[in-house]
Amino acid sequence: MTRNFILYIVSFVVYVLGQVFFKNLVMFNTGFCFLYVAFILLMPIETSNLFLMIAGFAIGFTVDIFYNSLGLHAFTMVFIAYLRNFWLGTITPQGGYDLGALPNLPSQGVQWFLVYAVPLVFIHHLILFLVESGGTLFWYSMLKTINSLMFTMTVIVILQYLVPQRSRA
Amino acid sequence: MERLFNFLYTYRAFFTFLLLEFFCSWLIIQNNQYQSTKYFNTSNSVVASINSTEESIREYFSLRDINAVLSKENSLLRNKLEERNQWLYLLKLNQTDSVLSKRFEYVNAKVVNNSTRYYKNFITIDRGTDAGIQPGMAVISSAGAVGKVKSVSEHYAVVISLLNIDELVSSVIKRTGHFGTVQWEGTNSSIASLKYIPRHVKPTVGDSVITSGYNAIFPPGIFIGRIKEFKLREEAPFYDIKVELAQDFGKLAFVEVIKYQQKKERDSLERSTIDDTK
Repeated sequence: MTRNFILYIVSFVVYVLGQVFFKNLVMFNTGFCFLYVAFILLMPIETSNLFLMIAGFAIGFTVDIFYNSLGLHAFTMVFIAYLRNFWLGTITPQGGYDLGALPNLPSQGVQWFLVYAVPLVFIHHLILFLVESGGTLFWYSMLKTINSLMFTMTVIVILQYLVPQRSRA
Repeated sequence: MERLFNFLYTYRAFFTFLLLEFFCSWLIIQNNQYQSTKYFNTSNSVVASINSTEESIREYFSLRDINAVLSKENSLLRNKLEERNQWLYLLKLNQTDSVLSKRFEYVNAKVVNNSTRYYKNFITIDRGTDAGIQPGMAVISSAGAVGKVKSVSEHYAVVISLLNIDELVSSVIKRTGHFGTVQWEGTNSSIASLKYIPRHVKPTVGDSVITSGYNAIFPPGIFIGRIKEFKLREEAPFYDIKVELAQDFGKLAFVEVIKYQQKKERDSLERSTIDDTK
């Protein structure tokens, strides 16, 4: 438990710093990379909803401070953290998950991982851009969402190949 | 009572979810309101120093552009000064009016953090209360209007960029003298729209749009941009005018904060007048 907890804190700091240092990296003016979403996505499958939401709130709030958008990223991260376990339950493969498995690429395969991550990241981005624009500019927000989705997913997938991943918690 | 607790405990995840989301919504709404002193933003010194590090790396690569802009501005100011001195000499006015010369004071600042691609963009600058900066002051660059100060800490300040869908600037078409409001549309970082110009006005492409000085934030006559195109839809009471912004916000490096010395006097006078007429 303590070992896991230290790992969470280290990855928290790494995700936040990565997000902050590359926050001006934007593709075609509309594609953003919100890599920090992976912090919640890659937590062990058995993690409780409560812990996920608190962790999501913490990382969202920290990112907000750097983006001058207090509450915005925290709101979307709590939402994703809440949905995550329901979504995991819905897409359980035949025979269920192994005990202590991680919902990442090496342990579950590319296809499963995309089915798992793409909808969550899509919802995250859509809510983020819609709330930021105050509900106006729907189609432009949609364009931003789709471009950002592709950018974020590409980075999340590539990083899982580059950085050695544990397949068990 | 026990059943209530049991109920709350069974659905604890859902209630935490609601609680956190309400809290975040409250934060978002609070943060939308203008001009306040806040700690959880980039004027926080720890956050700003991380941003400064990032900015100094970026700045190194754009030094050439920055130098060019600065030297151009230098020569422009030198010309202006020379012109002014000659006028003073001609008119034999060697002493300027102290009230006039102290109406506006300029504080230069460096941009340490800037964004142009969100709907609500902010700029962080490296001057704060120690340089006398207060929320509500105007920020300009050599090219034109930039925004207004939202919150300040001791050494840093966060500025609401003109590229923020919430920011409204009272402005005027210089040639015709008609008033309107400049607001960014949220999509293209070089175009803003000028609203509330009535039908009877005849704008032309290329007209300068400047600040009107009606809101006590920007001094009058700060350049905003030029009219790029305009449309008048049938039945519409106002023109749809697109203004090409003078400042390229992607290249913003140095700005000036304007301290308007008589702001308080003017605000209180205007407020008391409004109160009297009620």
